[in-house]
Amino acid sequence: MDNWKDNKSVFWTLAGPGTFWMLVFFILPLGFLFVMSFSDKAVINGEISITEYDYLTGISNYVRSVDPLYLTIIWKSIWVSALATILCLVTAYPIAFGICFASERWKPLLLLLVVLPFWINLLIRTYALIAVFRSQGYVNLALGAVGLGPYDMLYNNFAVIFGLVYVYMPFMVLPLYATIERLDKSFLEASLDLGASQFTTFLKVTVPLTMPGIITGVILVFIPCLGSFLTPDLLGGANAVMIGNVIERQFKAANDWPFGAALSFMLMYATFAALMLRAFFAKRSAGVDV
Amino acid sequence: MADQMKPGSGPLDYGNRLWLKILFGVIFFMLYVPIITLVAFSFNTDRRGIVWRGFTFDNYVKAWNNSALIEAMVNSLMIALIATIIATVLGAMVALMLWRFRFPFKGAYEAFMGLPIVIPEICMGVALLLFFNETGMMAAVVAMPWPLNLSNIIIAHVAFCFPFVAIVVRSRLVGFNRQLEEASKDLGASEWQTFWKVIVPFMMPGLVAGALLAFTLSLDDFVITFFTSGPETVTFPVKVYSLVRRGVSPEINAASTVLIVITVVATVLAMKLQAPQKSGKG
Repeated sequence: MDNWKDNKSVFWTLAGPGTFWMLVFFILPLGFLFVMSFSDKAVINGEISITEYDYLTGISNYVRSVDPLYLTIIWKSIWVSALATILCLVTAYPIAFGICFASERWKPLLLLLVVLPFWINLLIRTYALIAVFRSQGYVNLALGAVGLGPYDMLYNNFAVIFGLVYVYMPFMVLPLYATIERLDKSFLEASLDLGASQFTTFLKVTVPLTMPGIITGVILVFIPCLGSFLTPDLLGGANAVMIGNVIERQFKAANDWPFGAALSFMLMYATFAALMLRAFFAKRSAGVDV
Repeated sequence: MADQMKPGSGPLDYGNRLWLKILFGVIFFMLYVPIITLVAFSFNTDRRGIVWRGFTFDNYVKAWNNSALIEAMVNSLMIALIATIIATVLGAMVALMLWRFRFPFKGAYEAFMGLPIVIPEICMGVALLLFFNETGMMAAVVAMPWPLNLSNIIIAHVAFCFPFVAIVVRSRLVGFNRQLEEASKDLGASEWQTFWKVIVPFMMPGLVAGALLAFTLSLDDFVITFFTSGPETVTFPVKVYSLVRRGVSPEINAASTVLIVITVVATVLAMKLQAPQKSGKG
């Protein structure tokens, strides 16, 4: 690797455009959003203006965002995401495990089958779920055939959690697969030889050794769940509002951009907190990472 | 004991356990049934799309004749095409820079480049909406003729695509043998010639994979486009969103199926290119 000082012109040519794009079209907009979160709508002649703002007036928007009404929604977003993440982990672990122990002929195909839905448009997958769950959907049709239902499966927390699990499952499978694949299988043999049961081996050997993958998967699923907008919007409707929907409403229907900006930053801080938690756990389990 | 063991029932032979196979079946069933029924019902004659009434291509014809839907599709493809070209060039340059040079605060720079990947999409969307509004870019672009009226969306798409391209290209570059570069220079090639004749051909699979990734990411994006598109501009996901809010129809199924085919083909191609080369192919 060269020192950047050895060839400054090449360094700047390569670094320039990308860095410029990031600064102008990513960091600067976030800066605008940051300023907006500390601003208020301007009051002109006693009327609240729709388009004009008084900039940097204070933290009133943040104070409002911890109002019980919004705090409940933030809290709900966290537990819905957490539950979806746990369900993802519970279903994805056996899948990743199974793929690692599948025959070489099947492995690439199984991996492709897991990853492929991830590449299909999020909106289309969510729409597909609506067709399955709506009151005249296939699930209710099948239940009706055996004399049950129809049940309202859409527009509630169940639909949102199921949708999130459905949509973000590949994010969990891939890191789990990567760590289980690297796991030295002789550890498992040793544990079984020394008399531990399959269950004990799994709990005391496999899980601790694949912890880095578990942590990565949990974070990779939790973060997009927390910030999700489309899934709760289409599957949850008015009954299962998450923080993303509140932000969207402030920027569209409610037209309260300063408050929406403050909520966006709350969401970003929560995201960074999750990332820092990951870094912390990754450091702690670094000794285990073989 | 050993002779009682059937093949595939060894203690570590989890791949052949029945319960695991059943679990696989159930989970893949749940993953694919919604998508398969969506595709299947795009060929259904029933308008309400619940019961299978017979095979037809009518829904595709209807989708094709729906000028608003076609306009949205053309917009989406145009945005994806231009954003992919720009994102691939920017991403490749950043990847080359990170691969070739060491410089102060490199770790921080890499984290900075990863920000668009980790930040919630909705935050990036509203930040860009605010930015385009406050700088007057939104008003300016809306008045422009096609395809310039898509500029804001393209700018936004490049911003979230090119860090992904950089990651893909860089992981390809890690396998480059720098002695090849030295050999090229020893043999009298200039820095520029070495770049085009040695490094770029080596990068090519990474570039194509990165470009296809950017293309699918751009084509798929709903949230950021939803905020950065002006009132007049509609992309395919935004159009589908407004249709879905009104209910399920076989026309959406038909249009979605077309998009699924496009992305699946692009993805399988990208995966083929990214897979480690089999011996014999070089």
